[in-house]
Amino acid sequence: MAITPPSERVWWKEPIAKVELVWILIAFVWGLIMFFMMIYWHGAGEQNLSNEAYKITPVRFSQRAQAMIDQYTVRQEGIYPVVHPPPGSDVYLIARLWQWWPILELEKDQTYRLHLSSMDWQHGFSLQPVNINVQVHPGYDMVVTIKPDQAGEYGVVCNEFCGIGHHNMVGKIYVVE
Amino acid sequence: MASSAAFRICPTTGLKVNLAAEKLIKANAVAAIVFLAIGGLFGLLVALTRWPAVHFLPADWFYLALTAHGLDVLIVWIIFFEMAVLYFASSVLLNCRLAGPRWAWAGFVLMLVGAVTTNVAVLQGQSSVMFTSYVPMMAQPPFYLGIILFAVGALIGCFVFFGTLVVAKQEKTYEGSIPLVTFGAMTAAIIAVFTIASGAIILIPTLLWSLGLVSYIDPLLYKTIWWGMGHSSQQINVSAHVAVWYAIAAMVFGAKPLSEKVSRMAFLMYILFLQIASAHHMLVEPGFSSEWKIFNTSYAMYLAVLGSMVHGMTVPGSIEAAQRSRGLTKGLFEWLRKAPWSNPAFSGMFMSLVFFGFIGGISGVVMGTEQINLIMHNTLYVPGHFHGTVVAGTTLAFMAITYLLVPLIFRRELKFRKLAQWQPYVFGVGAAGISLFMMGAGTLGVSRRHWDMTFADAQLPFDYPSAAFLMMGLNGIAAVLATLGGIMFVVIVVGSVFFGRKLGENEKPSYPEVPPSAVAVAHYGSSQSLRIPGTAMLVGVFFIAFVLYYFVNWKYLSEVWPLS
Repeated sequence: MAITPPSERVWWKEPIAKVELVWILIAFVWGLIMFFMMIYWHGAGEQNLSNEAYKITPVRFSQRAQAMIDQYTVRQEGIYPVVHPPPGSDVYLIARLWQWWPILELEKDQTYRLHLSSMDWQHGFSLQPVNINVQVHPGYDMVVTIKPDQAGEYGVVCNEFCGIGHHNMVGKIYVVE
Repeated sequence: MASSAAFRICPTTGLKVNLAAEKLIKANAVAAIVFLAIGGLFGLLVALTRWPAVHFLPADWFYLALTAHGLDVLIVWIIFFEMAVLYFASSVLLNCRLAGPRWAWAGFVLMLVGAVTTNVAVLQGQSSVMFTSYVPMMAQPPFYLGIILFAVGALIGCFVFFGTLVVAKQEKTYEGSIPLVTFGAMTAAIIAVFTIASGAIILIPTLLWSLGLVSYIDPLLYKTIWWGMGHSSQQINVSAHVAVWYAIAAMVFGAKPLSEKVSRMAFLMYILFLQIASAHHMLVEPGFSSEWKIFNTSYAMYLAVLGSMVHGMTVPGSIEAAQRSRGLTKGLFEWLRKAPWSNPAFSGMFMSLVFFGFIGGISGVVMGTEQINLIMHNTLYVPGHFHGTVVAGTTLAFMAITYLLVPLIFRRELKFRKLAQWQPYVFGVGAAGISLFMMGAGTLGVSRRHWDMTFADAQLPFDYPSAAFLMMGLNGIAAVLATLGGIMFVVIVVGSVFFGRKLGENEKPSYPEVPPSAVAVAHYGSSQSLRIPGTAMLVGVFFIAFVLYYFVNWKYLSEVWPLS
C-alpha cells in the first residue's frame, strides 16, 4: 500500500505496466507539442509581445507623453484630451492613480508603438472587449506594437489592484476607419 | 525525554502512534480548520460583493476582505494542515518518534502568532494590499512581519519532518524504503523549503522598506522573487494533496500503487521542475525574454505537468486494480460504480482528483502558455483556475482525509454521518462552480480584484457584456453553496472532535467503513496481470478535453489585435 513501505524491496527493478508506459509517452509527447507550439507561434502567429522594455523615470515618461499630447490633441472630452497620433509613431499611455491618460484615437489597420508605464503603483492594462492584458510597472517603459484591426470604441480597464480607486480607473481608445 | 517517545498502538492499522506527534497533528489540524472557517467567511463576503445584484460590501471593506481571504486560505489554512500531514506521514506512517517535538511546538506557536499578527494588521485597515502585496504599494510593518514569522514556523516544521525521517532510518522503525505517501510528503517539504527561502529573501527587505530602513525595492524584482514563494507555496499543496490521494486510496481500498517507480518518478518531477512555474506570473511583464518565459512557464518542456498526468492515471488506476481484484470486474466501470460513494473520504478524494485535473490542471496549463496568457492575465480567469486547484483540488482532498483522521488520530467517533455523506458533494459542486463561472467571466474580460464591474463612479464609462454579469451571479450562487459545504465540514469536525463519543483504547472506528479485505489487496498481482481499462478510458477523455480546450484558446488568441 501507499502508506506502507513498498512490498518489493527492490521496487525500482519492477517492470512497468504497458498501460502506464503508453500514458507516460502520450503525456511526454503532448508536453513537447505544447512547448514547441509557443515557439511556432513566434514565427507563425500574430499575437506576440516584443519584450521591448526600458528603464525610465515617471517624470521622463510623462514628459514624453505630454509632448505627444501637445502635438496631436484633436479635441477634448471632459477633462481628457483626445490624441490622434500619426500611424507608425510612438504612442504613450500613462497609468496613474486612477486614470489612463490621455484618450487615444488610432487608425484601423495601422501599426503603433504603444508605450506603457506607471507613475506610481502597478497597474494592469486590460483592453476591452478585445481582452488583451499586460502588466504596467512604475520605472519600466514597456513597448507593445499594436495593430487595431476593427474600428470602434474600446475600454481600458485597470486589472491590477491599485488602491481604493482601482475600480474607477477606466480609459478609452478609439479606432477609426 | 521519556514523554516524546511514548506510543500507543492503533487498533485499526496496527501502527505505533507517537503521542507527541499525535498532539501536534491535532493542534495543527485544529488551527488549520479555524483559519479555513475565517478565510472562507471572507471569501463568501468577496463573492457576495462581486455578485452584481447583491454588491454586499463597501469598496474599502471589499479590498480588506479580499486581502484577508487570500492570506487565510492560500497560506494559513493550507500550511497548517500540511504540517499535520507532514507529522502524520513521517512519525505515524514510519512508526517513529517525532524528532524534536519541542521544536515542532515552537514552530506551531510562531505560525500561530504570525497568522494572528497579519490578520490583525489587515483588519486594522491600513494593509489592504492583497495577498501579493506588490511594491511600491505599502502595507503596515506587522503585515510583513506576521508572514515572516509564519514562514519561519513552517520552516521549523519541515526540518522536524526531515529530522524524523533520519531518526526513523537510524532507529530502523521501518523496512526497506519509505512509503509512497511519505515520499510525496517529503516532496512537499522540499518544495516548502524553497518556497520559504524565496519568501524570506523578498519579504525581509520589504519589511525593512516599510519601516523606512530601505529606500527602494524594484517592483519587477519583487514580483519575480515573491512568486517564488507565491506560486511555489501552491506547489506544496499539489504534492501534499497528491500524497493525500494515495493515502486515501490505500486506507479506503487497500490500494497498492501500480508502480512505485512511476509514482515516485512523478513526485521527483515536482521536486525538479515545479518551482520554476513562478514564471507564469511574469508572462506579460516588461523585461523578460521569450526564451526565459517559454522555458520556465512550461516547467522545462512540461515535465512537471507530466508528473501530474502520471498521478492522474496511477491514483484512479490503483483504485481500479484494487476493486477488480476484489471481484468488481464487470465492464469498464463496475469498480467505479460500486465504489463507496457515501463514504466522504472517498467521494471527496475522487472529486478532488477529477476537478483538479479537468478544471484546475487544464486551465493552468492553458493560461500558463506564453502567448495565451495575454487574453487571460489578471482577469477573473486566474482566480477561476486556482479555485479549481486549491479549493476543488487541495481543500477538498484535505477535507476528505480529515474524515479518516478524526477517528484515527482524534479517537472520536464521527458525528452527523448523514451530513458527512453529503458534505463533499455540496462543497465540491460549489467549488467547481466558482471555478468555472469565474473562468467564464474572465474569458469575457472581467477583471479580478475589482469592486465594481459596472464602473458607476468612473470618469469614463465602460460596459462589460451582459453574459459577464450572469457569470458573476452564478459565481455568487456557487460560492454560497461552497460556503454551505464549508460550514457542514466545520460543524461535523468540531462536533465530532469535541462532542463525539470517545473511542475505547482498542476499539476500531466503525465509520467511515474500511473494506475488510483491504490488507489482502495490498499484495495483488504484478505488471503482467494489471488491467485498468476503466482508468484508461477516463484518462483518454481527459486527454481529449485537454487537447481541444488548448487549441480552442489558441483560436481565441488569433482573433485579437495583432501584437508584436
